[in-house]
Amino acid sequence: MKEKESVKGLKRKISERVRRIKGSGIREFFDIAQRMEDVISLGVGEPDFTTPWSAREACIYALEKGYTSYTSNWGLLELRKAISDMLYKEIGVFYDPESEIIVTTGVSEAADIAIRAIVDPGDEVIVHEPSYVSYKPCTIFAGGSPVSVRTSVEEDFRLTADALEESISEKTKALVLNYPNNPTGAILRRKDLEEIADVVVEHDLIVISDEIYGKLTYEGKHVSIASLDDDLKERTILLNGFSKAHAMTGFRIGFAAANAEIIEAMMKIHQYVMLCAPTPAQIAALEAIRDENSVERMISEYNRRRKLMVAGLREIGLECFEPKGAFYAFPSIASTGMSSEEFARRLLFEERVVVVPGSVFGEAGEGFVRCAYALSQQKIREALARIESFLRRHSRKG
Amino acid sequence: MENAIERKSEEILRILEENARASEEEIAKMVGISAEEVRRIIQEFERRGVIKGYKAVIDWEKAGIESVKAVIDVKVSPERNAGYDAIAARIARFPEVKTVRLVSGEYDLSVLVEGKTMREVAYFVAAKIAPLEYVRETVTHFLLKTYKEDGILCTEEEEDKRLTISL
Repeated sequence: MKEKESVKGLKRKISERVRRIKGSGIREFFDIAQRMEDVISLGVGEPDFTTPWSAREACIYALEKGYTSYTSNWGLLELRKAISDMLYKEIGVFYDPESEIIVTTGVSEAADIAIRAIVDPGDEVIVHEPSYVSYKPCTIFAGGSPVSVRTSVEEDFRLTADALEESISEKTKALVLNYPNNPTGAILRRKDLEEIADVVVEHDLIVISDEIYGKLTYEGKHVSIASLDDDLKERTILLNGFSKAHAMTGFRIGFAAANAEIIEAMMKIHQYVMLCAPTPAQIAALEAIRDENSVERMISEYNRRRKLMVAGLREIGLECFEPKGAFYAFPSIASTGMSSEEFARRLLFEERVVVVPGSVFGEAGEGFVRCAYALSQQKIREALARIESFLRRHSRKG
Repeated sequence: MENAIERKSEEILRILEENARASEEEIAKMVGISAEEVRRIIQEFERRGVIKGYKAVIDWEKAGIESVKAVIDVKVSPERNAGYDAIAARIARFPEVKTVRLVSGEYDLSVLVEGKTMREVAYFVAAKIAPLEYVRETVTHFLLKTYKEDGILCTEEEEDKRLTISL
């Protein structure tokens, strides 16, 4: 029939790269979970804290005053200066606000334009797994080929120099690093970064370092690979933002900091595609940087919940690697004999608790589930109790 | 070692300040020490008076029980050599008085009084506080509505607006 034919025709019109991205079967699970009522969701990827009032107030004031027109493509200079100061304070690296920092629409945009700025068709980009879901699709959209590298719980989900070395080919252009890591909560210490840096320098790779969870480090201070030495600073595209530590996910505001030439390349894409990050969001972010107390409080509270969650999961019989960053626990559910998806599905229907199957984050995530602890202590307790009943009911006999 | 213990002790205080009913086991988990250690530290704090007491924050209106609170600004005679402490202590002895503070500004003492009705509170101020020697002036402010008490919001609990799942 004519109708069916035209629909078929449209599918053929979709670009090959986009068609390559498989529609995830997990979408159905997400939709059901979204519509169910009275669930305790450990599946969130954003803070439960509301954006600190000072930042919201600054945004409201900006709207009242009518600051609603475009800013420079680079982002407000004042904001870039504040970001530069903040980065220097936190990781000890100085980025020139006028040429080495660009304000983007979320770290998501920063990651996308970073990849698009440096990936040529055929280039390989290494992504350590379990990984956040965006890096591989962005690489494919840019015409590149993502190469997955497994990290294991035995190695605390750290990307090892050996594993990295093995995955490099002559086509490798870049390495995407995401530590503290979503979904595992793993962090890298200076020593680990130094080992990776050696490999990176030897093969002359670019590093795209997504450090969005950098502030949420609970043991020691977050170390950025860009801080190791000048060479690393030149070849690293540092990505960060305000979504997690400042609870500004919906504002869509982030930034990239890198060598001026790379930033200029990213700017070329950004100026045509985004023009500028949302102006009220930039103003709110400027205020958020100044509000250190709110961030301190959040971090303390997250740390408490982290310990509660991990101890709780272990107590009910699940092996759980100790996450030292972000706000996720990544326990193994292998003892149940179920796949990650099956576990998540059954848990949702039987106990109305949502967790994200580790398989969503790559094959290396199979056998695990991601449990966020960005919720009240009370809800965490309740969720653990429900998971405990679930486990008792499904314990493997013998 | 000393510093670590101090930090953990402070952490215990902060947890209790938010939730006085947190169990020792839970606190132990959150702070990373044993429950016995938590118990020992708390008992020490109680003994030293660092932890003065434990209170529940009650919304009496929701409980359906009548209660009226008023903040009284009290001006005290400055020439007496008794100082503020003595008169503050006198006022504090009344069970109706819940809080007494020395404050800067136009008035000297800020006193929180609680009673069953506005009349009861007004009568108390007129009969027991105002006539005290050294009390020169009082101004009574009745508390009409409490929006936040001791860090706890009294308005409806904000609903979780987040998407159930976000990666």
